[in-house]
Amino acid sequence: MITLGDYLLVSGLLFAIGFAGVMLRRNIIIIFMCLELMLNAANLSLVAFSRFRVDFGLPDYNAQVFVFFIIAVAAAEVAVGLAIIVALFRARQTTHVEDITSLKF
Amino acid sequence: MPPFLFWSFAAFMLVFGAAVVLNRNPVASALSLVLSFLGLAALFMTLDAYFIGIIQVLVYAGAVMVLFLFIIMLLDLRVEKLRRINWLAFSGGIAVALALVVQIFYVVGNFRFARQPFPPLAQSTVDDVHNVGALLFQSYNLPFQIIGVLVLVATIGVIVLSKRDLR
Repeated sequence: MITLGDYLLVSGLLFAIGFAGVMLRRNIIIIFMCLELMLNAANLSLVAFSRFRVDFGLPDYNAQVFVFFIIAVAAAEVAVGLAIIVALFRARQTTHVEDITSLKF
Repeated sequence: MPPFLFWSFAAFMLVFGAAVVLNRNPVASALSLVLSFLGLAALFMTLDAYFIGIIQVLVYAGAVMVLFLFIIMLLDLRVEKLRRINWLAFSGGIAVALALVVQIFYVVGNFRFARQPFPPLAQSTVDDVHNVGALLFQSYNLPFQIIGVLVLVATIGVIVLSKRDLR
Protein backbone atom coordinates (compact mmCIF):
# COMPACT_ATOMS: atom_id res chain seq x y z
CA MET A 1 0.00 0.00 0.00
CA ILE A 2 1.44 3.37 -1.05
CA THR A 3 1.08 5.99 1.67
CA LEU A 4 1.51 9.75 1.76
CA GLY A 5 4.89 9.30 3.43
CA ASP A 6 6.26 7.41 0.40
CA TYR A 7 5.42 10.29 -1.91
CA LEU A 8 6.91 12.78 0.56
CA LEU A 9 10.13 10.75 0.79
CA VAL A 10 10.47 10.53 -3.00
CA SER A 11 9.82 14.27 -3.24
CA GLY A 12 12.39 14.96 -0.53
CA LEU A 13 14.97 12.77 -2.27
CA LEU A 14 14.42 14.61 -5.56
CA PHE A 15 14.83 17.92 -3.72
CA ALA A 16 18.05 16.65 -2.11
CA ILE A 17 19.40 15.60 -5.54
CA GLY A 18 18.69 19.07 -6.90
CA PHE A 19 20.22 20.67 -3.83
CA ALA A 20 23.36 18.52 -4.11
CA GLY A 21 23.63 19.55 -7.76
CA VAL A 22 23.45 23.24 -6.86
CA MET A 23 26.11 22.72 -4.19
CA LEU A 24 28.49 20.52 -6.18
CA ARG A 25 28.33 21.50 -9.84
CA ARG A 26 30.22 24.50 -11.21
CA ASN A 27 28.50 24.88 -14.59
CA ILE A 28 25.86 27.59 -14.30
CA ILE A 29 23.47 25.88 -16.74
CA ILE A 30 23.57 22.62 -14.73
CA ILE A 31 22.94 24.65 -11.56
CA PHE A 32 19.90 26.13 -13.28
CA MET A 33 18.60 22.65 -14.22
CA CYS A 34 19.02 21.55 -10.61
CA LEU A 35 16.91 24.54 -9.51
CA GLU A 36 14.17 23.20 -11.78
CA LEU A 37 14.47 19.78 -10.12
CA MET A 38 13.95 21.38 -6.70
CA LEU A 39 10.87 23.31 -7.88
CA ASN A 40 9.38 20.10 -9.25
CA ALA A 41 10.07 18.22 -6.03
CA ALA A 42 7.97 20.82 -4.22
CA ASN A 43 5.24 20.34 -6.84
CA LEU A 44 5.21 16.59 -6.20
CA SER A 45 4.62 17.00 -2.48
CA LEU A 46 1.89 19.60 -3.15
CA VAL A 47 0.05 17.22 -5.48
CA ALA A 48 0.44 14.37 -2.97
CA PHE A 49 -1.15 16.51 -0.24
CA SER A 50 -3.89 17.51 -2.68
CA ARG A 51 -4.74 13.84 -3.28
CA PHE A 52 -4.55 13.12 0.45
CA ARG A 53 -7.13 15.78 1.42
CA VAL A 54 -10.25 14.28 -0.10
CA ASP A 55 -13.59 15.87 0.65
CA PHE A 56 -16.87 15.06 -1.10
CA GLY A 57 -14.92 12.39 -2.96
CA LEU A 58 -12.73 14.94 -4.76
CA PRO A 59 -9.06 15.89 -4.20
CA ASP A 60 -8.30 19.37 -2.87
CA TYR A 61 -7.87 21.32 -6.09
CA ASN A 62 -6.47 24.43 -4.38
CA ALA A 63 -3.07 22.72 -4.27
CA GLN A 64 -3.26 21.86 -7.97
CA VAL A 65 -4.01 25.49 -8.83
CA PHE A 66 -0.97 26.41 -6.76
CA VAL A 67 1.13 23.91 -8.73
CA PHE A 68 -0.19 25.49 -11.93
CA PHE A 69 1.04 28.89 -10.72
CA ILE A 70 4.42 27.44 -9.74
CA ILE A 71 4.85 25.94 -13.22
CA ALA A 72 3.95 29.27 -14.86
CA VAL A 73 6.40 31.22 -12.68
CA ALA A 74 9.12 28.61 -13.26
CA ALA A 75 8.68 28.86 -17.03
CA ALA A 76 9.05 32.65 -16.88
CA GLU A 77 12.07 32.23 -14.61
CA VAL A 78 13.75 29.82 -17.04
CA ALA A 79 13.29 32.28 -19.92
CA VAL A 80 14.77 35.22 -18.00
CA GLY A 81 17.55 33.15 -16.41
CA LEU A 82 18.71 31.69 -19.71
CA ALA A 83 18.71 35.18 -21.26
CA ILE A 84 20.94 36.36 -18.40
CA ILE A 85 23.24 33.36 -18.95
CA VAL A 86 23.51 34.18 -22.67
CA ALA A 87 24.33 37.83 -21.88
CA LEU A 88 26.90 36.66 -19.34
CA PHE A 89 28.45 34.26 -21.86
CA ARG A 90 28.71 37.07 -24.41
CA ALA A 91 30.58 39.23 -21.91
CA ARG A 92 32.86 36.56 -20.43
CA GLN A 93 32.90 33.50 -22.76
CA THR A 94 32.42 31.13 -19.84
CA THR A 95 29.65 29.36 -17.92
CA HIS A 96 31.89 28.27 -15.07
CA VAL A 97 30.88 29.98 -11.84
CA GLU A 98 34.43 30.23 -10.54
CA ASP A 99 35.32 32.46 -13.52
CA ILE A 100 32.44 34.83 -12.71
CA THR A 101 33.39 36.12 -9.27
CA SER A 102 33.52 39.88 -9.81
CA LEU A 103 30.34 41.90 -9.27
CA LYS A 104 31.09 44.46 -11.97
CA PHE A 105 32.97 44.24 -15.25
CA MET B 1 -2.67 1.80 -8.35
CA PRO B 2 -0.27 -1.11 -7.94
CA PRO B 3 2.73 -0.25 -5.73
CA PHE B 4 5.29 -1.51 -8.24
CA LEU B 5 4.17 1.19 -10.69
CA PHE B 6 4.79 3.88 -8.07
CA TRP B 7 8.21 2.50 -7.16
CA SER B 8 9.31 2.04 -10.78
CA PHE B 9 8.26 5.59 -11.75
CA ALA B 10 9.89 7.00 -8.61
CA ALA B 11 13.12 5.08 -9.27
CA PHE B 12 13.07 6.21 -12.93
CA MET B 13 12.66 9.85 -11.85
CA LEU B 14 15.36 9.69 -9.17
CA VAL B 15 17.90 7.83 -11.33
CA PHE B 16 17.61 10.35 -14.16
CA GLY B 17 17.57 13.20 -11.63
CA ALA B 18 20.89 11.94 -10.32
CA ALA B 19 22.13 11.62 -13.92
CA VAL B 20 21.50 15.37 -14.36
CA VAL B 21 23.98 16.03 -11.57
CA LEU B 22 26.51 13.35 -12.49
CA ASN B 23 26.81 13.83 -16.27
CA ARG B 24 29.74 15.95 -17.41
CA ASN B 25 28.18 16.68 -20.80
CA PRO B 26 25.50 19.44 -20.57
CA VAL B 27 23.45 17.96 -23.44
CA ALA B 28 23.27 14.60 -21.66
CA SER B 29 22.25 16.42 -18.48
CA ALA B 30 19.42 18.23 -20.29
CA LEU B 31 18.14 14.99 -21.84
CA SER B 32 18.26 13.26 -18.43
CA LEU B 33 16.22 16.17 -17.08
CA VAL B 34 13.55 15.50 -19.75
CA LEU B 35 13.32 11.84 -18.70
CA SER B 36 13.21 12.79 -15.03
CA PHE B 37 10.31 15.16 -15.71
CA LEU B 38 8.49 12.46 -17.68
CA GLY B 39 8.77 10.16 -14.64
CA LEU B 40 7.46 13.00 -12.48
CA ALA B 41 4.48 13.48 -14.83
CA ALA B 42 3.72 9.76 -14.47
CA LEU B 43 3.81 10.16 -10.68
CA PHE B 44 1.35 13.05 -10.96
CA MET B 45 -0.97 10.75 -12.92
CA THR B 46 -0.74 8.07 -10.23
CA LEU B 47 -2.08 10.78 -7.89
CA ASP B 48 -5.11 11.35 -10.19
CA ALA B 49 -3.75 14.78 -11.18
CA TYR B 50 -4.01 14.24 -14.94
CA PHE B 51 -4.17 17.93 -15.83
CA ILE B 52 -1.00 18.73 -13.89
CA GLY B 53 0.73 15.72 -15.46
CA ILE B 54 -0.16 16.88 -18.98
CA ILE B 55 0.94 20.45 -18.17
CA GLN B 56 4.21 19.04 -16.82
CA VAL B 57 4.90 17.20 -20.08
CA LEU B 58 3.89 20.16 -22.26
CA VAL B 59 5.67 22.93 -20.36
CA TYR B 60 8.75 21.18 -18.97
CA ALA B 61 9.47 18.29 -21.31
CA GLY B 62 8.36 20.47 -24.23
CA ALA B 63 9.05 24.17 -23.90
CA VAL B 64 11.60 24.49 -21.09
CA MET B 65 13.79 21.64 -22.32
CA VAL B 66 13.83 22.96 -25.88
CA LEU B 67 14.97 26.28 -24.41
CA PHE B 68 17.74 24.59 -22.40
CA LEU B 69 18.98 22.53 -25.36
CA PHE B 70 18.80 25.57 -27.62
CA ILE B 71 20.92 27.63 -25.24
CA ILE B 72 23.44 24.82 -24.69
CA MET B 73 23.89 24.40 -28.43
CA LEU B 74 23.91 28.19 -29.03
CA LEU B 75 26.71 28.64 -26.51
CA ASP B 76 28.48 25.59 -28.00
CA LEU B 77 29.36 24.10 -24.61
CA ARG B 78 31.65 21.10 -24.73
CA VAL B 79 32.25 18.46 -22.11
CA GLU B 80 33.74 20.32 -19.17
CA LYS B 81 37.44 20.15 -18.66
CA LEU B 82 38.32 18.43 -15.43
CA ARG B 83 39.42 21.11 -13.04
CA ARG B 84 41.11 20.70 -9.75
CA ILE B 85 38.30 19.95 -7.30
CA ASN B 86 38.19 22.01 -4.13
CA TRP B 87 37.82 19.03 -1.80
CA LEU B 88 36.78 21.14 1.19
CA ALA B 89 33.86 22.69 -0.73
CA PHE B 90 33.02 19.33 -2.34
CA SER B 91 32.84 17.39 0.93
CA GLY B 92 31.00 20.29 2.57
CA GLY B 93 28.35 20.22 -0.18
CA ILE B 94 27.93 16.43 0.15
CA ALA B 95 27.67 16.73 3.94
CA VAL B 96 24.97 19.43 3.75
CA ALA B 97 22.99 17.43 1.17
CA LEU B 98 23.22 14.26 3.31
CA ALA B 99 22.13 16.22 6.38
CA LEU B 100 19.12 17.40 4.37
CA VAL B 101 18.23 13.79 3.45
CA VAL B 102 18.54 12.66 7.08
CA GLN B 103 16.31 15.52 8.22
CA ILE B 104 13.69 14.75 5.57
CA PHE B 105 13.59 11.09 6.62
CA TYR B 106 13.31 12.12 10.27
CA VAL B 107 10.51 14.64 9.65
CA VAL B 108 8.50 12.33 7.37
CA GLY B 109 9.02 9.45 9.82
CA ASN B 110 7.52 11.51 12.63
CA PHE B 111 4.72 12.98 10.51
CA ARG B 112 1.35 11.89 11.87
CA PHE B 113 -0.37 11.31 8.53
CA ALA B 114 2.59 9.71 6.75
CA ARG B 115 1.47 6.13 7.45
CA GLN B 116 -2.12 6.61 6.33
CA PRO B 117 -3.14 5.41 2.86
CA PHE B 118 -4.79 7.81 0.45
CA PRO B 119 -8.57 8.03 0.95
CA PRO B 120 -10.63 6.71 -1.98
CA LEU B 121 -12.24 9.04 -4.49
CA ALA B 122 -15.99 9.09 -5.21
CA GLN B 123 -15.48 8.10 -8.84
CA SER B 124 -12.60 6.28 -10.46
CA THR B 125 -12.14 9.09 -13.00
CA VAL B 126 -11.95 12.70 -11.87
CA ASP B 127 -13.03 15.69 -13.94
CA ASP B 128 -9.96 17.61 -12.90
CA VAL B 129 -9.55 19.98 -15.87
CA HIS B 130 -13.07 21.23 -15.17
CA ASN B 131 -12.47 21.58 -11.44
CA VAL B 132 -9.05 23.23 -11.72
CA GLY B 133 -10.38 25.59 -14.38
CA ALA B 134 -13.43 26.58 -12.32
CA LEU B 135 -11.26 27.24 -9.26
CA LEU B 136 -8.69 29.13 -11.35
CA PHE B 137 -11.21 31.49 -12.94
CA GLN B 138 -13.45 31.96 -9.89
CA SER B 139 -11.43 31.88 -6.68
CA TYR B 140 -8.01 32.67 -8.16
CA ASN B 141 -8.92 35.14 -10.88
CA LEU B 142 -6.67 37.99 -9.70
CA PRO B 143 -3.54 35.79 -9.22
CA PHE B 144 -4.21 34.35 -12.68
CA GLN B 145 -4.17 37.82 -14.21
CA ILE B 146 -1.04 38.71 -12.24
CA ILE B 147 0.61 35.62 -13.76
CA GLY B 148 -0.30 36.99 -17.17
CA VAL B 149 1.40 40.30 -16.36
CA LEU B 150 4.41 38.38 -15.01
CA VAL B 151 4.81 36.47 -18.27
CA LEU B 152 4.55 39.75 -20.19
CA VAL B 153 7.24 41.30 -17.97
CA ALA B 154 9.44 38.23 -18.49
CA THR B 155 9.02 38.52 -22.27
CA ILE B 156 10.01 42.20 -22.24
CA GLY B 157 12.92 41.43 -19.90
CA VAL B 158 14.24 38.71 -22.19
CA ILE B 159 14.08 41.05 -25.20
CA VAL B 160 15.92 43.80 -23.29
CA LEU B 161 18.54 41.34 -22.03
CA SER B 162 19.29 39.87 -25.44
CA LYS B 163 19.93 43.20 -27.13
CA ARG B 164 23.50 43.54 -28.33
CA ASP B 165 24.68 46.28 -26.01
CA LEU B 166 23.46 46.24 -22.42
CA ARG B 167 23.82 49.95 -21.86
